[in-house]
Amino acid sequence: MESIYLAIPLAPLLGAIIAGLFGSKIGRKGAHIVTILGVGIACLLSFYVLKHIAFDGNAFNGNVYTWAAIDGLAFNVGFLIDNLTAMMMVVVTFVSLMVHIYTIGYMEHDEDNWPKGSLVGRHSYQRFFSYISLFTFSMLILVMSNNFMQLFFGWEAVGLVSYLLIGFWSTRETAIFANMKAFLVNRVGDFGFLLGIATVLMYFGSMDYAEVFAKAPEVEGVTMSIFGAEEWSVITVACLLLFVGAMGKSAQVPLHVWLPDSMEGPTPISALIHAATMVTAGIFMVARMSPLFELSTTALSVVLLVGAVTALFMGFIGIIQHDIKRVVAYSTLSQLGYMTVALGASAYGAAVFHLMTHAFFKALLFLAAGSVIIAMHHEQDMRKMGGLKKYMPITYWTSLVGSLALIGFPGFSGFFSKDLIIEAVHASSTPHAQIAYWMVLIGVFVTAFYSFRMFFLVFHGKERMDDHTREHLHESPWVVTVPLIALAIPAVISGYLLYPMVVGDFFKNVIAGVGTEGSLATEMKDHYHGIFAFIAHGLMSLPFWLAISGVGSAWFIYMRKPEIASWFYKHFRWLHTLLDNKYYLDAFNQRVFAGGAIALGKGLWAAGDRCLIDGCMVNGSAWIVKKFSAWSRYLQTGFMYHYAFSMIIGLLGLISWVIYKTNVLGISG
Amino acid sequence: MSFSLATPEIFLLSATCFILLLDVFLKDKFRSIGYWASLLALGVTLVLTYQSWTEAKALAFNGMFVHDTLSVVLKMAVLSIVTAIFVYSKPYLIDRKIFKGEFYSISLFATLGMMVMISANTLLMLYMGLELLSLSMYALVAFNRDNGRCTEAAMKYFVLGAIASGMLLYGMSLLYGLSGSIELSSIAEYVANQKIMSSVALLFALTFIIVGLGFKFGVAPFHMWVPDVYQGAPTPVTMMLASAPKIAVFAMTMRLLVGGMEFGSEGWQQMLIPLIVMSMVIGNIAAIAQTNLKRMLAYSTISHMGFVLLGFVSASEGGYSAAMYYAITYAITALGGFAILIALSHEDGDAEELDDLRGLSRRHPWYAFMMMLFLFSMAGVPPLVGFFAKLYILQAVVSAGFVWLAVIAVLMSVVGAFYYLRAIKLMYFDKPIDERSISMSISFNALLSVNGLLVVALGLTPSLMALCLIAIKQSI
Amino acid sequence: MQRRGRVHKMVQLSDFLVVSALLFAISIAGIFLNRKNMIIILMSIELMLLAVNINFIAFSHFSGDMAGQVFVFFILTVAAAEAAIGLAILMVLFRNRGTINVQEIDEMKG
Repeated sequence: MESIYLAIPLAPLLGAIIAGLFGSKIGRKGAHIVTILGVGIACLLSFYVLKHIAFDGNAFNGNVYTWAAIDGLAFNVGFLIDNLTAMMMVVVTFVSLMVHIYTIGYMEHDEDNWPKGSLVGRHSYQRFFSYISLFTFSMLILVMSNNFMQLFFGWEAVGLVSYLLIGFWSTRETAIFANMKAFLVNRVGDFGFLLGIATVLMYFGSMDYAEVFAKAPEVEGVTMSIFGAEEWSVITVACLLLFVGAMGKSAQVPLHVWLPDSMEGPTPISALIHAATMVTAGIFMVARMSPLFELSTTALSVVLLVGAVTALFMGFIGIIQHDIKRVVAYSTLSQLGYMTVALGASAYGAAVFHLMTHAFFKALLFLAAGSVIIAMHHEQDMRKMGGLKKYMPITYWTSLVGSLALIGFPGFSGFFSKDLIIEAVHASSTPHAQIAYWMVLIGVFVTAFYSFRMFFLVFHGKERMDDHTREHLHESPWVVTVPLIALAIPAVISGYLLYPMVVGDFFKNVIAGVGTEGSLATEMKDHYHGIFAFIAHGLMSLPFWLAISGVGSAWFIYMRKPEIASWFYKHFRWLHTLLDNKYYLDAFNQRVFAGGAIALGKGLWAAGDRCLIDGCMVNGSAWIVKKFSAWSRYLQTGFMYHYAFSMIIGLLGLISWVIYKTNVLGISG
Repeated sequence: MSFSLATPEIFLLSATCFILLLDVFLKDKFRSIGYWASLLALGVTLVLTYQSWTEAKALAFNGMFVHDTLSVVLKMAVLSIVTAIFVYSKPYLIDRKIFKGEFYSISLFATLGMMVMISANTLLMLYMGLELLSLSMYALVAFNRDNGRCTEAAMKYFVLGAIASGMLLYGMSLLYGLSGSIELSSIAEYVANQKIMSSVALLFALTFIIVGLGFKFGVAPFHMWVPDVYQGAPTPVTMMLASAPKIAVFAMTMRLLVGGMEFGSEGWQQMLIPLIVMSMVIGNIAAIAQTNLKRMLAYSTISHMGFVLLGFVSASEGGYSAAMYYAITYAITALGGFAILIALSHEDGDAEELDDLRGLSRRHPWYAFMMMLFLFSMAGVPPLVGFFAKLYILQAVVSAGFVWLAVIAVLMSVVGAFYYLRAIKLMYFDKPIDERSISMSISFNALLSVNGLLVVALGLTPSLMALCLIAIKQSI
Repeated sequence: MQRRGRVHKMVQLSDFLVVSALLFAISIAGIFLNRKNMIIILMSIELMLLAVNINFIAFSHFSGDMAGQVFVFFILTVAAAEAAIGLAILMVLFRNRGTINVQEIDEMKG
């Protein structure tokens, strides 16, 4: 089995290397064949591993290579393959495979996206395939890791590829700005993450998950002081720091600012990296660390509140966006908030379940949006769309499936996972869970509203595009539609895994609390009476009606009476401005952090670099050396007797040292 | 018979006398016969030395002469370097019309002196070897006898050298008086039974010996002769002064301080430290102000010799072998540097100003590249040999606990990097003043290329350092 | 020895050492105090070697080891060679500069 585990990440890596380094040799076709082959192998093997682990019950935890051992601390490359990992592997490789296939269609005319004759644009097609395969490798390393070191490697590697892909069209200034932003914001998160790992290493003395978790009860009571005398529980500090990392990667408020901008990248990677997989790494990590988080109520409470704020307030922004991809992006933020809320409520299973369903339906939505964008000749403004239903039936229906799943329409995957989260938050004993409950509840309405606003604006109503575009409107090629259909299927049915995955014991021994008496997971199990009862109950519950009213109001406002929207716009201009400026967080970052950093840098440059270092240390020391040097020249008079004199001085110096030394010794005995 | 251990020396002596006589009978146009004969003599001596390779220590001439791995390795280094000097200096001597047999015979006597120093096992042998070397060097410095600078340099070198010899000798006489023997092994026995730090007489003797050695190394404050002599002497002689004798003086220090007074290491360690610090500071800082390339290299030698002594300060096998490695590799590097100066010289004057380096990369890219290698190596830039030499020394010093010394050494190397880099900048970024093309014989160019290759290869392969370690271990 | 020393004071080892040390000091002073004639420097150097010789002979005599006296022969020989070379250099110097004044030999400095 070990060789299979190794083959899963290495196959995409091999594809990436071949496509990346020999892209010009093997050509476009060669590049996409070799990468799809790599990811396809990984996907098939992942399904096999899922069967092997989940159904035959053969969890694996072992090291395959010791990279270095320093002072008893081993840096290993190892795999921890259990149900959680197997599930993630399947999700990652499956979505990745779909995205690979889809990319053939999306990037077909990529040369149009580059300035004529630009050198960086050469072989961009192969480069793109190389990147997404490399991403798949990194993500697999991240989820398969059995230690913090490798986790961090994967964490940084996916960050790197994300950075490369956001700025893929490197001749566009906005893309460069966006990838710089993503890079910097993620550094903030990674800083916390690294500190968290360091805290774990310092107090647990190991980087291996199993060892750390085994030692967790011991460390529970240990405290540390950070500033002053106040004592902090080590586990709380470690969890909060790790969660800062998760906030960066999973775009939680206030480190979410990079995700909307990341839509500058090509749509396939928005689907793969910025919706389905990479951004869920934070959720995965917290679920993985659940034995630690369970021990800290403070950390859970913070997680819960951050998630709730993200879920609600990012949804609001989604309402006023005009860019089709940005709407999906804000919905991703909001859904990530839901997952985080679930983590905070100790419903790790629900969070991971939502992670999975979300991966399918959000990838679907993104790819559908991409399909629309292809048809519209890379026009992304929804105000210039409308009535696309009759031109693009497959895209239309798959989008509908995605949207219904997103809003949690009973029977669709999102319904099961989201409903579960809301129930879990309701039942949770984490402090502030009730505030969070209301926030996520309102979030349901908001989600439904903006999702269907987008849906109606794009596919229904008047055709607002120009004539030239209208004439060329047609359904996308099969390489685009097949992944849409392939993703639409799990977007519906993956929800029916509710019982085994969350309510049952799928995550027993993997996620803390599952299978233990009195835990949230067990409580949910007690209230569960079969899948159809769950659906039936869902039809009666508040979230469903909120979702329906959201859809209804979207229909009413944007299809029936658009004047309501403009009336709102006129009378609540301040609200619109606030949302349009994303609560001024970007401006704040730009002014305070970026501006402050620049000002600080300039100040330090002026005071430190130019004055202290250049002035005193560099030029100053140079000046001193020069003076001393000139002085030493003066000593070298050229007269023989001075030279002899210098020798005599040296001799006398040594002799007086001898006399001093022996006298001192003589006195002391 | 134990005479056989000294076969290389005996052969070299006979050959040198033969060459001396041969030269008398040669007409000017056959002068190069003397040159070839000298090369042949050196070559045969080299082969004889190589054949006498031994893993065991052996004594000859009633314990006056020692033959061990250390002596074989050092003698081979000295012989190879002198051979290279002969090849390098031929065009210079011909241009200056001083292509005379004396240069070769005197140099060969100096070589003999160095070999005697390397194999010395008594104070007498050390002194005789040293004097043979020194007297030859005085004569060589004054070799271009119609040049005022040459003779001035020779006068200074002679007077100061004589003072240094006198002091060394005075120290030796005290050491003899204390131990009652001129044999280093008996002296070692005597020192082992003394507490060095409370024996004033012994420390006194040691002081004078250190002064003598310090002068020969050219470390501050006994360094004043170095810049003037380097500048005044004909470039081939400067080349000679800067390379082979350093190895011989290393051997002498090894025999005297380590072989004879190892148990007094506490004493000489502490005496060496101020000399080292001063050398590194004065050498590197004064070099910056120099406009004369030979003076600059002289000051750089001062700082490098500080590094060699630094190896002794650690008083460990690692330190001694690092010092040995440093001395040998520095000699090789300096050889190359001065060879470039010879290449740049022309009939109407030596190339000795920094300005002569300007635009060398345009005049002769290969020489410029070689010079860059040598300068980088002296500055201690990896992966060249100078870097590893410094590294080994610093390793030994740090492991002996003198971290602050290592810090000073590194800081001063940084200061030193300035003037090496300035020279490189002149070669690569400035316009040449002198546009004359440079052309040298094939043998000169081939040797220079080998020299450059050594500066790279000796650093990358650990074999020389391993050899040094074996030699030191075996000789102690 | 000791008993005889009490009767009439014999010359002791330390006396020789003091004499030699004084000669050595004089020679060194001669080298760097002299600002005029180069020949005086050469003489001082000879004196320095002679001081060392006294040391060697005294030690050799009092310890009964002959090596020291042999050493002296070598030193004398070397001193002769040294004087020869020194005078030769002095000659050349005079030919080139027309002076042997120590204060005028300072073309190279800095």
